[in-house]
Amino acid sequence: MNVFLTYTVLGLVIGASYAIAASGLVLTYATTRIFNVAHGATAMVMAFVYWELAYNQGLSNWLSVLIVVFGVAPLFGALLERWVIRRVADSGVGVTLVVTCAVLVGLIGAAEKIWPPGVHQVQQFFAGHGLTVGMVRITGNDLLTVALAVVVGAVLWAFLKFTRLGVAMRAAVDDKELLALHGGRPHLMSSIAWAMGSALAALAGILLVSSQPSELNYISLTLLVVNSYAAAMAGRLTSLPRTFIGALVLGLLNAYASGYLWTGPGWTGFREAIPAIFLLLMLLLMPQARLRVGRLAGVAGVRTPEMRRVGLASALLLLAVVLGNSVFSEVNVNRMALGLCFAILALSLVPLTGFSGYVSLAQFSFFGVGALTVAKMHSSAPTAVLAGALLAAVAGILVALPSLRLQGLYLALSTIAFAQIMDTMVFQNPSLGGFGGSLTTKRLDMFGYRFTSDKAYAILAAAVFCVLGAGVILLRKGRYGRVLIALRDSPAACATLGLNPRLARVAVFAGSAAVAGLGGGLYAGLQNQVGSTNFQFFNSLPLLLIVVCAGVTSVSGALLGGILLMALNSYPSTQAYLFLILAVAAVGLGKQPNGITGWLFSLRDNPLGARLGLGSAGIARGIATRSVADKSSAIDGSVSVGENAEVEA
Amino acid sequence: MTRLDVKEVTVRFGGVTAVDQATISAEGGQVTALIGPNGAGKTTLFNVVTGLQKPTGGRVFLDGKDITHTPTHRRARHGIARTFQRLEAFGSLTVEENIRVAADAVRAKNAKPAQVTRGLIKRIGLERYADARADAVPTGVARLVELARALAIDPELLLLDEPSSGLSEAETESFGELLRDLASQGRAVLIVEHDMGLIMRVSDVIHVLDRGRLIASGTPAEVQADPLVRKAYLGEEDEPEDDEGPEDDDGHTLVLSAADPDDDTAAVPPTRPTRPTQPTPPASPIPPLPKGPGPQSGEPASGGWF
Ligand SMILES: Nc1ncnc2c1ncn2[C@@H]1O[C@H](COP(=O)(O)OP(=O)(O)OP(=O)(O)O)[C@@H](O)[C@H]1O
Ligand SMILES: [Mg+2]
Repeated sequence: MNVFLTYTVLGLVIGASYAIAASGLVLTYATTRIFNVAHGATAMVMAFVYWELAYNQGLSNWLSVLIVVFGVAPLFGALLERWVIRRVADSGVGVTLVVTCAVLVGLIGAAEKIWPPGVHQVQQFFAGHGLTVGMVRITGNDLLTVALAVVVGAVLWAFLKFTRLGVAMRAAVDDKELLALHGGRPHLMSSIAWAMGSALAALAGILLVSSQPSELNYISLTLLVVNSYAAAMAGRLTSLPRTFIGALVLGLLNAYASGYLWTGPGWTGFREAIPAIFLLLMLLLMPQARLRVGRLAGVAGVRTPEMRRVGLASALLLLAVVLGNSVFSEVNVNRMALGLCFAILALSLVPLTGFSGYVSLAQFSFFGVGALTVAKMHSSAPTAVLAGALLAAVAGILVALPSLRLQGLYLALSTIAFAQIMDTMVFQNPSLGGFGGSLTTKRLDMFGYRFTSDKAYAILAAAVFCVLGAGVILLRKGRYGRVLIALRDSPAACATLGLNPRLARVAVFAGSAAVAGLGGGLYAGLQNQVGSTNFQFFNSLPLLLIVVCAGVTSVSGALLGGILLMALNSYPSTQAYLFLILAVAAVGLGKQPNGITGWLFSLRDNPLGARLGLGSAGIARGIATRSVADKSSAIDGSVSVGENAEVEA
Repeated sequence: MTRLDVKEVTVRFGGVTAVDQATISAEGGQVTALIGPNGAGKTTLFNVVTGLQKPTGGRVFLDGKDITHTPTHRRARHGIARTFQRLEAFGSLTVEENIRVAADAVRAKNAKPAQVTRGLIKRIGLERYADARADAVPTGVARLVELARALAIDPELLLLDEPSSGLSEAETESFGELLRDLASQGRAVLIVEHDMGLIMRVSDVIHVLDRGRLIASGTPAEVQADPLVRKAYLGEEDEPEDDEGPEDDDGHTLVLSAADPDDDTAAVPPTRPTRPTQPTPPASPIPPLPKGPGPQSGEPASGGWF
């Protein structure tokens, strides 16, 4: 009984902090319809600011809390709304998710720069004080957390119920246009919502880091947001009371799981996956969305190149890789090959996100399935890579099937849940066939040739990319590509023409996952050693961000994306510049949804650019060499060639 | 020949009964019209027939077979195709690709999708627009694209939801001929239309809905003479003869064309179920607009009809 009580108390305390965080998420989503992926990252950065003030600058704890929660955090939220969110307010989920991803990645980058890894610890509030109920010890910090959750709930309730602004916000949940018609001030409202959301994130972040006095961590706090996603989904992203209940239930589930579940190795993973499973369940309980009717909307795309051009571009890419092989140092050849493997991964997003408009944050999991298969089979036969692609396709089907009813944001959230589950339950878990640490891999042996050198791998990866890229272009030109785009534009009309929307969705997920899995298989061979940390859900955020910014609607965009992702991994010192470019590109997505390459294509079509004698080749080389370290300029050259090919009608 | 039977279908959205025990039918070889004031439930009934809306009660039969629970895409394979009142062309595809998607979808039935596509572009008169993106053509053209796309699956039953809005007078004329032509091939054509001149010219049978209820069915002459219909269209203040509209070229009395329905002044009927109360669209004070290419927004709004 006492044990039960202990875990109940523990669960309620955890739930209380989730509730504070999740209510901020709900507030911003309900008023602006933009889901803030960076909510957890905001909490993380604000916790660091708190540490800075209270422990580095020597201010008192309480003053620091006040400054952060009522000063720094709301200011940050309002500025973010003013400069970023407002610019993409009318864009689709694809763009808004990517933009908030950019904020997340940027915040982590900034935190790592400002507070380099070191000892950042905070103490509990009311340390040493507490309450003992029976045999349960409730710390002062716990009491504070619960009390603050109650206060936050009460204040929000009163605010939404009794203030004019709050009432207007509730109206906005139902209908934004209607509100604007009746003279509401949507801009003011969304600034205030984001300021409040950010303040709530800060409060939750500070409480969470204080409750377990361990090292402040950039990632784990950011990831905590998955818990608030889950709680917020319990309220369908709009209801605060249900969000609070969801948060408490989730907190209790977590606590009971750590108290009562058998502690075998298989179960640890399960316990960590609880928030993700809860999120998935909440999503599956969503009512069936009716097929949207009544909007003639196209998405701007890039022109599809002629196959002759594709052949030429492929030859040039291969040539560039051969050239790179002879010029580059060993390390850089490895990086070039790595970039090409990532390019294959990026290519998997082109039919899925670029053509079909489904946002997936599970691509690194598919990549990981491919790599895991190759590592487990420990074989140098090409069949291992193919088996990896096949298993990844199965994983893709597993993602698509339960989420068939979900659209847009909810689908994206379900891929997050899947990726989290894969990571905690499979990849980290040797008893379920995962890596458990890391595994060594063998290099490919194909057509009587052993691909022992990195140079051979670079050429192999480039060749595979060319073949798959040509396949993607053929897909776009053909019957199935048209169907994918038609399904994105109007699922309802497609159904009335006899096309089965569910089948098409499962197929495109399977195909995309297979491409990612193939890339993962090559990656595993190239790296000699792979482990679960390579395939965390978290990696999929920068992947999506980079590929969408580079141009998710074109094959050349995927190539550029792969190279940028490699640069992000291999040259940590360039990260700051990369993020800057990505941030600008991400905000520009509202205007140019085809990303950097799409922008380059349009420059080439623009007579002004032509008059100045700037083909896209010149511009692309200029930009690419600035963004990617100088040594990979050979690759950049081929990027721009690919773009030329795409522009031609 | 094909035959559609809608039997006592009811659709409720929360408190609103959009369709109330409506029974209508459409037969191969005939043009059947479905008319009624704004909000009468015509589009909702189309959604029920195509499976985009589950009825609260009642059944739908195609050639005597109960298809009430058949999914939309399978109904299409049974030969039902439609166009949408609020445009649903594939905006990112060209006009030709729009039609091609449909032609490909029934490859087994069609000999050559490419040929079918080209044939339809010619027949509907879309040559000028074939390579334009569908979100860049005028509304009237986009409606024709939807028609061509629907025809590409070679349907037995064709449902057209206000297809002539956005067409010029001359275009409407030839559009009427096209409708007769389609029916004479043995197809069942069911059309929702506010242009009473066109309806009276081309229809064999007219069903009249008012506030979800079927209030009359019959030939154009019968329906025009029906007192209930006149009441529904002319409003409560049931005025005598002098309220009749002008005569058109054919000598039909356009009793029913009280106002042009396609002005974009009134609110679009709400489609989001989350809205707590829906404002009834206000009666339009704007006089009838001349027919012409409509706005490109693709959001033809419902206007006042009373
Ligand atoms: N998804 C929905 N949710 C709630 N109410 C709806 C929905 N769809 C339609 N309605 C309501 O059902 C009624 C019938 O609408 P419907 O669109 O079928 O009318 P209509 O006869 O096609 O009118 P119009 O001539 O304006 O096209 C209207 O009152 C409308 O507001
Ligand atoms: Mg209608």
